[in-house]
Amino acid sequence: MRFAAAITEPTRTPTANAPTRRQTIKRMLAAAALLTTTALTGIGFGASPAHAEDEIRIGVIYPLTGAAASTGVELKAAAELAAAIVNKEIPAPPGLVAGIGLPHLNGAKIKLIFGDHQGNPQVGATEAERLITSEKVVALTGAYFSNVTATASQVAERYGVPFLNGESSSASLTQRKFKWFFRTTPHDDLFVGNFFTFLGDMEKKTGDKLRSVALFNENTLWGNETTKLQVKLAEEQKFTIAEKILYPAKTTQMTSEVQRIKAAAPAVIMQSSYLGDAILSMKTYKELGFSPKMLLANDAGFNDSEFLKTMGKDGEFVISREVWALDQAERNPLIKQVNDLMHQRTGVNFNGNSARAFTGIAVLADALDRAGSTKPDAIREALQKTDIPASGLIMPWKGVKFDANGQNELGQGIIVQVQGGQYVTVWPFDVATKPVVYPMPAWDGR
Amino acid sequence: MTADIFIQVLVSGLLIGLIYALVAVGLTLIFGVMDIVNFAHGEFLMLGMYASFWAFALFAIDPIVALPLTALLLFAVGVIVYQTVIRRILKAPMLSQIFATFGLMILLRGLAQFFWKPDHRLIPHSLVSGNIALGPVQFGLPQFVAALGAVGVTGALWMFLHRTRLGTALEATAIDREAATLMGIDGQKMFALAWGIGAACAGLAGGLIATFFPIFPEVGSNFILIAFVVVVLGGFGSVTGAFLAGIIVGLIEVLGGFLIGPEYKTAIVLSLLLVVLLVRPRGLLGKA
Repeated sequence: MRFAAAITEPTRTPTANAPTRRQTIKRMLAAAALLTTTALTGIGFGASPAHAEDEIRIGVIYPLTGAAASTGVELKAAAELAAAIVNKEIPAPPGLVAGIGLPHLNGAKIKLIFGDHQGNPQVGATEAERLITSEKVVALTGAYFSNVTATASQVAERYGVPFLNGESSSASLTQRKFKWFFRTTPHDDLFVGNFFTFLGDMEKKTGDKLRSVALFNENTLWGNETTKLQVKLAEEQKFTIAEKILYPAKTTQMTSEVQRIKAAAPAVIMQSSYLGDAILSMKTYKELGFSPKMLLANDAGFNDSEFLKTMGKDGEFVISREVWALDQAERNPLIKQVNDLMHQRTGVNFNGNSARAFTGIAVLADALDRAGSTKPDAIREALQKTDIPASGLIMPWKGVKFDANGQNELGQGIIVQVQGGQYVTVWPFDVATKPVVYPMPAWDGR
Repeated sequence: MTADIFIQVLVSGLLIGLIYALVAVGLTLIFGVMDIVNFAHGEFLMLGMYASFWAFALFAIDPIVALPLTALLLFAVGVIVYQTVIRRILKAPMLSQIFATFGLMILLRGLAQFFWKPDHRLIPHSLVSGNIALGPVQFGLPQFVAALGAVGVTGALWMFLHRTRLGTALEATAIDREAATLMGIDGQKMFALAWGIGAACAGLAGGLIATFFPIFPEVGSNFILIAFVVVVLGGFGSVTGAFLAGIIVGLIEVLGGFLIGPEYKTAIVLSLLLVVLLVRPRGLLGKA
């Protein structure tokens, strides 16, 4: 029987497969042709030679296809909203930066020319080149992914075109001493630094000592980098590290880790975990009945939309860092108004990424207006002189003002806590919507 | 370090070790009977977890109550996998066998991701939840029940292999396939049975840990490496060996992680694998 099968099968296979394979190839060719035509028409439209004098072209590079496409589409919508406000297609909420449009450019309109980097640094660089050379954009913005921002901004640097980045957080981007690169968002180092400032503030507020800290980070690049930075900051700011654990990511049990932290009895745990490990560690804290005074999570797994869904009540009181939170709209009417505009247009609320993309375009428009010209040098000079107060922004920042490296020195992260199944802003105290629940209640006292 | 903490760590190690044992028992059974290493074993565990999850999400059946169902379902999966894939590669070179089960692993993961999304899920309110405190020692009820279940299932499997006619036939096939066939035992049936039972064990392990472990398509990869260490330490093909080895690995992992540092816990377990391979390649109770 087996032998017979062995003989019939190979003869059957090619004949049965041949037409389907041919069909597949045909289909693939058709799809490819379709893709090419759409891409070409896209370029054709963009490159329409009639550059009206009163139209200022800005290149925007985002991941519009590929794994991060859903985020890219959100970012694009936020950028378009900002452009519509600058162009006075929709009335600007009073006080918003760039809400006055471009009076110094005779009320010119900005036009966003989008490039798709597909999550690929090489494609990002090519798109930057295309936007600069054939689309003649006066400035670039994007690209969300830090590694793509790195390559795309290199191209801008070479051509001498300003590149304003709104949402990439790798610290190294503004350590390159670029002349044409500006970044509005705070970077990773600052976020980690915030934790220590926050602890200092909490000490003052509560009178408790929160100097003993356990570092509990996963052992990939991210966890290692975070640990190094935390050790450095802890030494500088006189915190003692009660325990330092780099645990193997995706582990089957965390009892040895949690047991060790429990034995070291720190006041605070600083934890960096992706989702699976974040869930397992919370389960293990509960199993071993361990609750420190504070659990400070470094974003990632603890801020994943799945975290609260899966953890339910057991996720309460975790404190994490964020760039933006929807509850900010309660505090600041401007944020509410702009968020309402976003919701009307797209049906979704702002989040940390789209709010930063919106702010990027707004800051760029503000500089364009003050420059009163579309010459790269003038725009760059205007960007350097940027000084936007917190009241003009939809971000929980102190304002926008660039240092010599192009980094916004007035940006800050916020710290959120899970309260009643929501992430609410608890720090900085001046933008907080709820007080911190402190200390974290014991498991059996919930 | 106080005695309390030491006992606590030992208990935690024992509890997770029993789970490792249950996962490894199925793996070692399949290997013992037909000399095929099943790389997709972790995926059987994953399927067991999802079976529990869907039983809970769709029909509100608690994972513990659903255990017989999970076992039955995974038994069927094991038999189907044998009939459709494994039967065709029994006489194939070892590399083909490895690639077949490896491919199966990728396929099952991919299907899980496709149908059930790559999200992490959790069963929120299981019958077993909360903690037990015995003096200073504390442990979760779900973990305790899972460990207890692991002991029960492994015990039942041992009884089946040594005290029933069918089980003895399976053992006979494991010892000498040719001779067993000559004695009138249907080898094909035995192989299918081994896959069914092996998959059911992994499925039961999945059902038991579903009460406290996050459920996601790649969850098998967390467990499979340790399961291999357990199988090697216990001796390829030995159910009793795998049971003891599971406990030993659990204890060493948790205790070593606690004493030396959690960053080294995987390294400690894998060093154990190397030592066993160097000093006693046939494992604790393996056939020489």
